[in-house]
Amino acid sequence: METQPLEIQKKEYAKIVKEIRPKPPLLRNVAGAFVVGGLIAIIGQVFLNFYQGLGLSLQEAGAAGSATLIFLAALLTGLGIYDKIAEVGGAGTIVPITGFANSMVSSAMEYRGEGLVLGVGARLFTVAGPVLVFGIVTGWAIGIFYYFFR
Amino acid sequence: MIFFKAFLVGGLICVVAQLLMDLTSYKITPAHILVGFVTAGALLSAFGFYQPLVNWAGAGATVPLSGFGHLIAQGAVQGVQEKGLLGVFSGGITTTATGITAAVVFGYFASIFFRAKG
Repeated sequence: METQPLEIQKKEYAKIVKEIRPKPPLLRNVAGAFVVGGLIAIIGQVFLNFYQGLGLSLQEAGAAGSATLIFLAALLTGLGIYDKIAEVGGAGTIVPITGFANSMVSSAMEYRGEGLVLGVGARLFTVAGPVLVFGIVTGWAIGIFYYFFR
Repeated sequence: MIFFKAFLVGGLICVVAQLLMDLTSYKITPAHILVGFVTAGALLSAFGFYQPLVNWAGAGATVPLSGFGHLIAQGAVQGVQEKGLLGVFSGGITTTATGITAAVVFGYFASIFFRAKG
């Protein structure tokens, strides 16, 4: 049997791979992200209302609510529960502020063996570091722009 | 009603992130998503698009990390109004101080108290 040129073999192979590879379950992922992300927002709203009921201003209640969500996310990540929710929720567990806390705890826990300073201390900021860098630089630029052009 | 709006908007913002992860051929990690949403939230806030969303959907707009970006941008503007140029440097962190401290402190203790599995 005559073998095909390598280029054609590669193309054939790519085609077969494309056919066989399972399609990402897009609809299921999107539904999971929507429901879980929405539910976390509802929990946030419950805390927001609760703290406002205690007499805090809207801004203070928002800060207290965020801190509470962060506490719960850190706890659930430590217990291994947040990762279970993430299997269903996908981006619904990443985008909320709870996902920010989750990213800090999970990498710090994983590298704890490298010590308190270079393990826990540094790895808390594997994801949080970039978020703060780009958040702060963007905020600074907005402030500068507002200062000169308001 | 506010709970329904929070659910709707909070869910939809997460759907945007899920579509970015699933439909683009780039390798988009959670870090890229979080950085992108903070930056986008701050910029949308600066152009006045984010506050109306917060007014309408409450926690649905503040709980996603774009709300964190919104807080930073709001703080920068408030800082300029109160302290001028110095406020450019202090404003963004002032409004987000509670969240940042909570994340560092709770994150620290959680990673000390709990052991990673496996």
